[in-house]
Order: sequence, then C-alpha cells, then structure tokens
Amino acid sequence: MQTQTSFDNGGRKAALDVLAGAPARALAELWDGWADKPEHSKVRGPEVGLVMVRGRAGGGGVPFNLGEATVSRTSVRIVTGEAGHGYCLGRDLAKAEVIAVIDALWQRDAASVEAGIIEPLRRLAAAVDGKRLEETAATRVDFFTMVRGDN
Amino acid sequence: MYVAVKGGEAAISNAHALLADRRRGDRNVPALRLDQIVEQLGLAVDRAMGEGSLYDKELAALALLQARGDLIEAIFLVRAYRTTLPRFGYSRPVDTGAMLIERRISATFKDLPGGQMLGPTFDYTHRLLDPNIVGDEVPQPVIRAAEPERAPRVTDMLGQQGLMEPDGDTDPEGEVGDLTREPLDFPLDRDLRLQALARGDEGFLLALGYSTQRGYGRSHPFVGEIRIGEVEVEFDVPELGFAVSLGRIRVTECQMVNQFKGSAKVPPQFTRGYGLVFGQAERKAMAMSLVDRALRARELGEDIVAPAQDEEFVISHSDNVQATGFVEHLKLPHYVDFQAELDLIRRMRAEHEAKEALE
Repeated sequence: MQTQTSFDNGGRKAALDVLAGAPARALAELWDGWADKPEHSKVRGPEVGLVMVRGRAGGGGVPFNLGEATVSRTSVRIVTGEAGHGYCLGRDLAKAEVIAVIDALWQRDAASVEAGIIEPLRRLAAAVDGKRLEETAATRVDFFTMVRGDN
Repeated sequence: MYVAVKGGEAAISNAHALLADRRRGDRNVPALRLDQIVEQLGLAVDRAMGEGSLYDKELAALALLQARGDLIEAIFLVRAYRTTLPRFGYSRPVDTGAMLIERRISATFKDLPGGQMLGPTFDYTHRLLDPNIVGDEVPQPVIRAAEPERAPRVTDMLGQQGLMEPDGDTDPEGEVGDLTREPLDFPLDRDLRLQALARGDEGFLLALGYSTQRGYGRSHPFVGEIRIGEVEVEFDVPELGFAVSLGRIRVTECQMVNQFKGSAKVPPQFTRGYGLVFGQAERKAMAMSLVDRALRARELGEDIVAPAQDEEFVISHSDNVQATGFVEHLKLPHYVDFQAELDLIRRMRAEHEAKEALE
C-alpha cells in the first residue's frame, strides 16, 4: 500500500515538475487542443506570492536564503471531485490554473494526460535543453600540450 | 530631523511629469518593450534581480525601464515591489551539482570530469567597440554533440582526498536565518552573511574582494570553479504532501579555494569561500566568494586586521538600497537642522570676535 502511494506521488510529482517547467505558450497550445476540459471551480487563488529560494554554503553545507522568486498558484476542484494544485515560477495566473486543472485530471485519467500533455512537453523540454547543451559543448576547451622544441 | 513643510505640490507633480517625458525620450524613437530588455540587456536584468533579491525577469526589466537604466534605482523598485506580495514559504536548497551547465571553468584543474566550457563569456574578447552589432543579424551558435558526462563540483573532487575543507555539517534542526524577517544581530552565522552578500552591492563587494588581493587580509585565492546554468527550485507543497519543482532559475556559483596552513585541530588544507548569485553574474559571484572567505577569519582563528574581514563593517554597508537611502536623504529639506547650525556658528563667531576684541 505504502509503495503504491509513493509510486502514485512519484508519477504525479513528475507530471507537475514537467508542467511547471513548460513554456507558457506551449502549455496553453496543448491545453487548447484538449477535447473535453472539465468544469472546475477555484478552491484557492489564483494568486501571486513569493518563495524564498535557498542555497547551501559551498554547494552542500548549511542552507542559506539566496533571494526570493515570484510564484503563481491555484487550487481547483473539477466536477468529478478531484482537487488539483498548480504552482509555477513567475506571475502567470493562467498557467497556474491550467496546471491545477491538469493535475486534477491526471488523478482521474493519468494515462491520457501523460500521452496528450506531459509526454509532448517532456519531448519539447528535452529538445530545448539538448540544443542548449550542444551549444555549450561547442565552447568546451580541448587542451593539448605543446611539445617543447629542444633543438 | 525633518519638519513638515507645506508647498511644492505643483512643483513635485510637474517634476514627475517631466521625469516621465525624459524617461520616454524622443517620441520619434520607438519605445522599448520589456522583452527587448529581457533578451538584449540580460545582465542588467540579472543584476537588478540579484541585488533586488527577487527572481522575476520581467519585473526587473520593468524596473530598469522605469528607472531610466539607473541600476540602484531599479533595485530599489524591485525591493519595494516584493514587500507587496505574501510569502508562500521557503524552497528546498537548490542543488548546484545537478545544474544544467551553460558555463563551467576551473583555474585550478585543467582536466576536469565534465570538461571546461567557456559558454557565453566576455573573456578573451578584445574589448574593442564594435559598431557592427547595431541592428546586425547574428548567426546561430555553433553546436557540438554533448557528452553525457557528469560534472562534479571541483571542491568535491579534492575533498575526497582530504585536502579540501568539506562543506561542513548541516544541522537539520538548525533555523536558517532570514534578514528579511529579523533585524541583524552581530556576530552573524555564515547563513546570514551569505544572504546579505548575495543581495549586496556588486561594486562594494568587488572593491572589498580586490582589497584582499592587494594585501588587506590576504587569502591566496584560486578559482576552484565557476559554473553558470539553471537549477530546479523544489518547494514542499503542504496541500500535496510532497515537493514539486516550481521551474528553473539561472544562477552563478563560484568556489574560491584558499590556502590555509592549518591549526592545532585541523591539518593544513585548502579552505573555501563561496559565492552564489541569481542570473549570470560572474564578477559578483567571485567578489562574494572572496569576501565570504575573508569574513570567515574569526571562525578560522585568523587575525582580523583588514576591512574585508570586519563582519559588522562589511555587512552593515553592503546593501545599496540602505546605503542610497541614507546618503540620498541628505538632499531632503533639512532647513530647521541647518537653521540651528547656522545660529550656533553665528554665536560661536560672535564669542570668537568678542574674545579677539578683548586681547
């Protein structure tokens, strides 16, 4: 039972991670194309607030407060009863609301949401990150040793 | 002391209208859009976010536009804005070891696992003004297949050999100080110092870092590693009962490695200074790490002989919003103060002249 719960959380977390990181426009386009959007009511928000971002001294030592970031959040309930929560960096209330509705939908029908929304966003993110990594890789320094001429 | 003075309302209102006009400038020149500022003045945006202590590129761009490019004014605007928003909570500490790296260099190790990547750097440019960039089309950057190689933090590599001071234990019960919630009470722990330095003025920290290099609290620094890139911000969402990513932010991290001859308790090893800043802000991260190391003098049993080692001096003066507030308040009406001073000087002069007349 415990394993089942944590497995579910893992999948739900992974989906929420992808949604929060998705470009707003790409997410909006996918959601526009979603056939039956459930009726939903807002339980909280949407609202903008701050999260204090932390780092660690030396990268792995004592935590410290680096500075704040703007965050949008919304909680919704869809007609079938599932509650969904949307969080993302920035001041984009519409994005937070779409995430919350998708989170609620995911709990009802994870397979469809994964196939129709999460997977395409994951592929998009992989392509964008991959391109950036390749651009960075082109600036990698290839050291070679100069042989000292003795004659 | 200030005294309420009536009058000047029309002057102030007209001055602000004039400010708006001058900010806009020649109407024949197209107005700047925020996305242009975000995309093309990115490092100014990063500095406004870092010292404004608020990660939001669009807000920082708006602040820069409204401040006519005055960075400290923009930082002031960003700081003022953040006070209007509720705090949802604290993130989990970002993991810079898992960064999506855009630049990574080390001045101490040539051959690093994960490699040295120059990224979008000003280094090795000739610093010649180039009129051709104005309105110029720029070709796409060169790409090369990326090797899926992990890039461990350089300090962790030497740490495994015991030659490098470890990151230090973290007390899971320990409260993390937050200077936006509690007034500073000296002496500080390192968490509060790092928070203050992360939002501190780049110019001030640069000068202090430079002073340590010139011998005022010398610490023999080497850049162990600088890395720039994006990290996930994970947040424990109470209604979910687990942490989710809120998205990624770009940060710059600097690991400064410093000589240390050891003490009675500790064998000779390298010590470290740490810099972590929002955005791409390499100079600031380097300066921060130099000053962080200098401010560890008390902890490492070093003599405190230089300004950069004086915690109360450094941290009390590193915030440019506080500094500008106190310096710039001098231009507000001080008529009554000054009148009192004037009276005093006149009385002293009268006494002085009376004494001279007697002699």
